Amino acid sequence: MFGQANVLAAGQAAFPPSVDDFYLPAIVPWGVENAPWFTKFTLMIWVAVGFLIIFFLATYRNPKLVPTKKQWFAESIYGFVRNNISVDMIGHQGVRFAPYFTTLFCFVLVTNAFAIIPLFQISPNSHIAFPAILAVISYVLFNYIGIRHHGFGKYFKHALIPPAPWYILPLLIPIEAFSTFIIRPFSLAVRLFANMFAGHMLLLVFTLGGFAMLNANAWLAPISVVSWVMTVALTLLEALVIVLQAYVFTVLSASYIQGALAEEH
Amino acid sequence: MDASVLAEVTGSTAAIGYGLAAIGPGIGVGLVFAAYIQSTARQPESSRMTLPYVWIGFAVIEALALFGIAFGFIWAG
Repeated sequence: MFGQANVLAAGQAAFPPSVDDFYLPAIVPWGVENAPWFTKFTLMIWVAVGFLIIFFLATYRNPKLVPTKKQWFAESIYGFVRNNISVDMIGHQGVRFAPYFTTLFCFVLVTNAFAIIPLFQISPNSHIAFPAILAVISYVLFNYIGIRHHGFGKYFKHALIPPAPWYILPLLIPIEAFSTFIIRPFSLAVRLFANMFAGHMLLLVFTLGGFAMLNANAWLAPISVVSWVMTVALTLLEALVIVLQAYVFTVLSASYIQGALAEEH
Repeated sequence: MDASVLAEVTGSTAAIGYGLAAIGPGIGVGLVFAAYIQSTARQPESSRMTLPYVWIGFAVIEALALFGIAFGFIWAG
């Protein structure tokens, strides 16, 4: 956690930043490179899970008819996901998926938010593993829901065979299969991953770029301030991306479930 | 003219590749928001109704640019 700070203090920050900057030394055992068991990312995932469980338990512990401030906050998060994502996308059946979407939205939001929270300052989602698992969950869910709703054969017939003239079907069926069963989970994972990855990389470029200019020569040193001002501006942009990507991930999962439940193609 | 190197550019061609990859999604995202602004200007009541589709369209188009980032690092060469 403090490795990067020490490097900055010693004035030997490597510029430009590379993919290696995303592989932080482990916490247990302390400072070991490429240790798989307990890294900052493991810690952040547990912090996110613990925070969400405690937050929702604490706010719902003693629900009132006239909500307290905390209860109102938790209810408005749930209400937003329920009404503006589940019901808007799926229709009245969407209410039963609202708990899943709320969990997904909050989890992605909190893990994304680590990207700009001081001392954390990197999102676990900037490693493909975490978005990939989230995408697999949504993928299994929408296929399972579709198969349960339509039956196995009818679901794949719905998913693969669009209402089109027979002679165009040899072209359309592979495209539909590719886009529904391969591109969907892949793009869901890569979208979240790449946003967080690129966001962290941008912040690294401007932070470390400031140090690089400071250490370069007397003419470039004052310009490092510009670089750090850009970091502040990009942190605000990153805050927008964090919320947007959590929303987009949830909305796309909802739209896939809607597609699986739809009666027409 | 001798064959010595007069000027040299170093770095990754992946950066050029990403620049090219960003053109299409840039235009596409622009079209999405242009259409949304136009539809909202014509029919202000529809703004809430069309908003989820704006974000879905935005996300689907933006994915291409983000694939560019990811593949740029994968095949950085």
